[in-house]
Formats: sequence, C-alpha cells, structure tokens
Amino acid sequence: MFQSPVIEVTDLNLTFKTNDGPVNALSKVNLSIEKGDFVSFIGPSGCGKTTLLRVLADLDQPTSGNVLVNGVTPEQARMSKAYGYVFQAAGLYPWRTIGANIKLPLEIMGYSKGEQKTRVAKVLDLVELSEFENKFPWQLSGGMQQRASIARALAFDADILLMDEPFGSLDEIVRDRLNEQLLEIWKSNSKTICFVTHSIPEAVYLSTKIVVMSPRPGRIIDIITSDLPADRPLEIRDSKEFIAVSKRVREGLRTGHSYE
Amino acid sequence: MSKVGNRILPIISVVGFIFVFWWGFSIILNSPWAYDQAKRNSVTLSFSELVVETWSQKRPKLPTPYQVATEMWDTTVNKKITSKRSLVYHTVITFSETVYGFALGTGFGILLAIAIVHNRATAMSVMPWVITSQTIPILALAPMIIVALGSAGFNGLLPIAIISMYLSFFPVVVGMVKGLRSPEQLEIDQMKTWSASSSQVLFKLRLPKSVPYLFTSLKLGIAAALVGAIVGELPSGGGAGLGFRMLSGSTFGNTLQIWSGLLSAAILAASLIGFIGVFQRAILKRMALELQ
Repeated sequence: MFQSPVIEVTDLNLTFKTNDGPVNALSKVNLSIEKGDFVSFIGPSGCGKTTLLRVLADLDQPTSGNVLVNGVTPEQARMSKAYGYVFQAAGLYPWRTIGANIKLPLEIMGYSKGEQKTRVAKVLDLVELSEFENKFPWQLSGGMQQRASIARALAFDADILLMDEPFGSLDEIVRDRLNEQLLEIWKSNSKTICFVTHSIPEAVYLSTKIVVMSPRPGRIIDIITSDLPADRPLEIRDSKEFIAVSKRVREGLRTGHSYE
Repeated sequence: MSKVGNRILPIISVVGFIFVFWWGFSIILNSPWAYDQAKRNSVTLSFSELVVETWSQKRPKLPTPYQVATEMWDTTVNKKITSKRSLVYHTVITFSETVYGFALGTGFGILLAIAIVHNRATAMSVMPWVITSQTIPILALAPMIIVALGSAGFNGLLPIAIISMYLSFFPVVVGMVKGLRSPEQLEIDQMKTWSASSSQVLFKLRLPKSVPYLFTSLKLGIAAALVGAIVGELPSGGGAGLGFRMLSGSTFGNTLQIWSGLLSAAILAASLIGFIGVFQRAILKRMALELQ
C-alpha cells in the first residue's frame, strides 16, 4: 500500500536577517521522511540542522519553500499535537516534581485527571524513572533529567519525536545507555524520530537514514540510508557495516568543509 | 570566634559608635540652653554638671537615646492601647494604612505588569507614565488626593491607603515586568510546541518564575507603603498615626515625641520587611528557586 511521507520538505530556503546582513541558514533543502524512519541530522555547527528541526516544529518560519508534516503545515501539525520536541536542555521546572513536569503538557492539552495519571505512570516506566515520580529535578542526575524530558515528549502520543541534540551535554557512558533505550522506545512504539547530533557514531548507531549537512549556506550534502539491522546491540559499532556507514558520513562531512 | 559572634560584633560596634555620637551631640546641641539657664541663675557649670544637665532636659533639642527609650516605654507600656497618647495606638493605625495600601499597590502592580508583558502597546504607552508618576513629589500630591477623595465622600483609611499604594505599586511593576519576562527562550519555545495559550504560559510558567522577583519587590513595596502612609497622615487631619504623631511633636517642639514616633516607624518597617523575608525564604526554598 502506498503511504505518503510523514514529513516532506521541498525547496526550503530560510534567511535570517541579522545586523551583519542576511544569513542563509537553509538553502534549497529537499527531504522526505517515511513513517517509522529514524532520521539523524549531522553536520558542523551553523549547518542549519537545528533550524531545520525548528521549521518542522513551527518554531522558525521558512522564507520560501514548502513543508508538510503529516500532510499539513507545521502549524496545523503543532496544533494537532503531531510531535513531541526534546530540547538540548531538559527544561524541567524546578518547582514541579518529575511526575508533575511530565504532566505539564497533558494539563495544557486538557487531558482528564485520571488520564494524566495513567499516562505519566506509563511513560515514567518507559524511561525507567518510576521511583522518581515524586522527586524534584535537582535530585536527579543530568542523564535522568534528560530521560524525564523524553518521557514528557512521549506523554501525549505524538507519532513524531523531534530531538535537538538531547544527549549533547552528557558523558559517553550515559549517552550509550540512553541511545540503547531510545532505540527500544522507537522500535516498540512505532514512532518517527528526527534526531539532531554532531556525533558520527551516535548518528550511525541510531538511524535508518542519515542526513549530512554543511554550512554557509546550510544545505544537505548527502542522504545515507543505513542497512544496519533493526536489532542493534552496542557492539554493532565494531562491525564492518557500521564502519562503512561511518566512513561515508565522515566523507560527506569532509566534502562539505572544503570550500571550492 | 564563633559564627554568631562574627555576625553580631560588627553590628554591635556600629550601634556603639552611633550611641557615642548621639550622646555627644546631645551635649553639643543642648548646651546653649543649659548655659542660658545657668547664666540666668548666676551659676557656672562644670563639665560634669553640663553633661548631666544636657542629658536630662525636659525639652531637649536632641534627646538622648535613654530619654527616647524612656519616652517609648512610657507611651507603650504605661498607656492604654486605646488612648491617643499611646504609641501602640498610633502604630496600629499606621500599620493598617500601610497594609491596606500595600495590598492595593501589589495587586495593581501585578496586574499592570501582566498587561505590560502581554501587550506591546501597553508597554509603550503605560511604562513612561509609571515612571513619571514617581517623579512627582508625593508630599505635593498627597493633599490633593485627600481633598479630591474627601469631596467624593471617601474619608478615613481609604485616601491614605491610596497614597500609600501610589508609592508601593512602582517597585512591584518594575520587578514583576522583569520577573514575568525571566523565562528563557527555550522555555517559551517548549510551551509553543505544546500549543499553550498565553494564559497557560502566564499561570504555569511566567508567574511561578517571577516569584523570586516578586518577593524582592514586595520588600521594597512595603517600605514605600509605610512612607506613603506616614506622608498621607500629615494633610489628612485624622489626628492619628505615627505621621500625625511626628507632625504634632514638630508643631509643639516636642522632640521626644518626634524621635519616639520615628523609631516606632523604623521598628514597624523592619518588622514588616522581616515578615516578608521569612515567607520569601520558605517559599523560594520550597520552589527550589534562586533569590534574585
């Protein structure tokens, strides 16, 4: 059966006006993401990967071009709660417990009290934070806080998860564990995930599709479809296939950096 | 040295210096009258006689701390609270005017800040007037407010509370505008991804985040409210309150009355600020927020 893509970007351009003149953040971006894809956006800073994610989330407006999320505009998609967004910082409110923080979007979206409770319990279980429901953010480690913020984005059944370097500030061991957990969540909940990162191993380990980007102007250099199996133990990173995909990503990034 | 000693010693030494200067100036300022009296009685005063004389005059230019303390003791403990000669009576009246004005000022200030933060036009049009309002001397404005409200049928507590409010809303507006704007871009974006309405952003994010700013403003606001209440009592002719007490002391050259009124006002201000400080610490600790 033919399925239309979950996200479709055509000829997207975005120019920021700054005091030093216009900055071309995104130039002629074309991209199509299918349901159930795990897409990583990788590139050096200033390549527009975060901006692209923000356009999908209706946080930034494109200068020209067309963006469809679930077949509608990003604004309509936002209104219909089509996506959960995980920011680089956990952004938990210090005066709310972990449980109450996860409940926040549910309160805003008008879920019933009982529904809020069951959903919070469910997503806390998903990120293995059930015992911490009544703890305050400052009582949790950075990794646990970020897990809570992922739980919050999952709480309202959005099919799409947009993640902007969610593990960027965490150490490698914690990051590995969270990557494993994220894959679990992705597989068992049939989500579509867009994941911004600047770590090659992270991108290759997680993704079914890797979008390599380059700065000045921000554009897509290469889109790599990974043929790694769906079951990915951490050891897969030593396999030939993994190294081959990593190499292609690295070469893509290098081309982007040579200013011809 | 103990920790408590570390904190108390500087305070004690400053207070000590103040007392030395105070008693010293009592001698200097009260001596002309003492010499005058001595001359009239054809006696010459030795230094020790001069000191005793200047420190115990009935109507001194500058009463000593001991005289002020005695006066305060006499007008609080030895008078009935309902008596017009009781300092407690006047303090209670000023206190209620202050709290009334402070409540009005805080409410008005918060509402104004919310309007300013949510509407650019309000911010541009109202903020200059808010600042202008504080450049007008309240001493000039107070009688007009009393007269205007009086002719509209409002007498007693309300006109004074309005004057008190006029001074106390300002720090609340300024602090709350800053506090309501204190959420970071990430927090605002986050709210947008949930399609939160602006009232949801206000109640769930902006208001909780502004609590540290609110408390700092409340401390300034209550002090301003007390000044407003005292100034408001002067032209109101109500015949009560610490402001009236100081005014009548000044009219009749009764410096003891002025100083005891002044000290009561200072104690009242310190207690009110201390009271807010207790809430501030407890609530901020509970909300895990930083003092601003």
